[in-house]
Amino acid sequence: MAYDPSYVRGKSAIVGVADAVSPTGVLGIPERVLEMQMIKEALDDAGLDISDVDGLCATGFMMPSMELAEHLGITPRWTNTTMTGGSSFEVHVQQAAAAIACGMAEVVVSVYAATPRARGKGLGDMSQMMGMMDSKNPMPMVEWELPYANVMPAGAYALAASRHQAIYGTTSEQLAQIAVSTREWASMNERARYRDPLSIQDVLDSPMISTPLHRLDCCLVTDGAGAFVMTSAERAKDLKKKPVYVLGGGTAHDHAMMISEMPDITTTPGVISGRDAFNMAGIKPSDVDVLQSYDSFTITVALSLEDLGFCEKGEAGAFVEDGKIGPGGSLPVNTNGGGLSYTHPGMYGMFLIVEAVRQARGECGARQVPDVNIAVAHGMGGVLSCASTIVLGTEDTL
Amino acid sequence: MSRMIMGTSPHAEPFWEATREKKLLMQWCTTANKPIHYPRQLSPYTLEDTLEWRESPGKGEVYAVTVVYKPSMPMAKVPYAVALVDLEEGARMMTEIVNCDPTEVKVGDKVQLTWDELPGGRHMPVFELA
Repeated sequence: MAYDPSYVRGKSAIVGVADAVSPTGVLGIPERVLEMQMIKEALDDAGLDISDVDGLCATGFMMPSMELAEHLGITPRWTNTTMTGGSSFEVHVQQAAAAIACGMAEVVVSVYAATPRARGKGLGDMSQMMGMMDSKNPMPMVEWELPYANVMPAGAYALAASRHQAIYGTTSEQLAQIAVSTREWASMNERARYRDPLSIQDVLDSPMISTPLHRLDCCLVTDGAGAFVMTSAERAKDLKKKPVYVLGGGTAHDHAMMISEMPDITTTPGVISGRDAFNMAGIKPSDVDVLQSYDSFTITVALSLEDLGFCEKGEAGAFVEDGKIGPGGSLPVNTNGGGLSYTHPGMYGMFLIVEAVRQARGECGARQVPDVNIAVAHGMGGVLSCASTIVLGTEDTL
Repeated sequence: MSRMIMGTSPHAEPFWEATREKKLLMQWCTTANKPIHYPRQLSPYTLEDTLEWRESPGKGEVYAVTVVYKPSMPMAKVPYAVALVDLEEGARMMTEIVNCDPTEVKVGDKVQLTWDELPGGRHMPVFELA
């Protein structure tokens, strides 16, 4: 069967969103409570009720959607537990769009809550996640990379940044500009964790974590939660808010948690996810009005700008240098302040979607980008491992 | 450096045992005639057990390098250079570049294998500037 993008393009919409963050970085609410609050808030935003939900997405380790459904008191007929780290929620949008388009589900909810600040630092949860407890069957990363004490995940991204600098001449000042532009957006968002102005020198003067990445090249660690609701384009028309249609989606991964397994450390699978998402949507990079691009580290944004086609490979440093991804620039990026200044509980992809939807609706107040018709959310999970790109559009783009 | 060894895989036992004699074993797919690192149970080229161990000459080039100042492991002594090294036979591995000022290691530097002792007589493969 020939691939026909029109089968999914514009057939579903995001109709409700919610997120919870704190200027202190601490929410002080248990994760399960946050999940349920976010789902209720996103359903209220849409004008839907929990009884309308027939599809459920959740991330976690053991049957997460099944457990969540018990708490929600629902019986989903479509379930999705795709876990690709920070890009999970973009994958959920893509898969829910396909499911809704072919009638497997009508109202899909996806949710995320994490409170790393409440858990405190330490390897407790992380060690379980990495399979450290099973000495006879360790995760590959634990056996082959952990003994070298690479900082995880910052060191993996630092290696990518080091090669990008060596091969393409990208400078630490250029990477710092990404943090500076992102902070400019955050200054216009009263809900952001950090809003004080930031200079390139501030970034360069912040403690070195793993060369060439300084502390201010790295995302925050905060509590946070969010949810979105999707339904068919037809049903979306009668709901409370202006529908934000799913025009395209694409996903690809080329390694898991070992950065040494990445085929080309300066080229992410965003090349594939972006190509597929843009093809399905029928758009090119110059059509994008606002981009929410995962900023776990400044280098993550640089690589994504190249891989999504906003500039040539190796040219992201020069591309961002004049502040064009900041307020008033030609390509607004991470308009809520991003993972670098707004919030970052661990899997930031949910917040990319929430902000993309709010920008497309025109709800963003001081930081609103004028005349947004096309908003892109580009998630990145693992260590530059799994990219997932979602193209969203207003009614005018259908 | 005291290293965090949290576990080793049964199928990688030949690799770890060979480090007692300071030999770096590399898995090869005999069908594809390509080296494979990290060690697998079946070849990713054939999805079958077309694997054999061959000793690596331990020569390569720095593909990427980062100098760590804020380690996530409390026992690590900073600064130290974590690198991805491309071996001449075509495999890539994470490693540490030792016996030099870590800040002097650059992408493209030629490196050669050396060893760091682990408790129990095994060794960790590390590299030094050639």
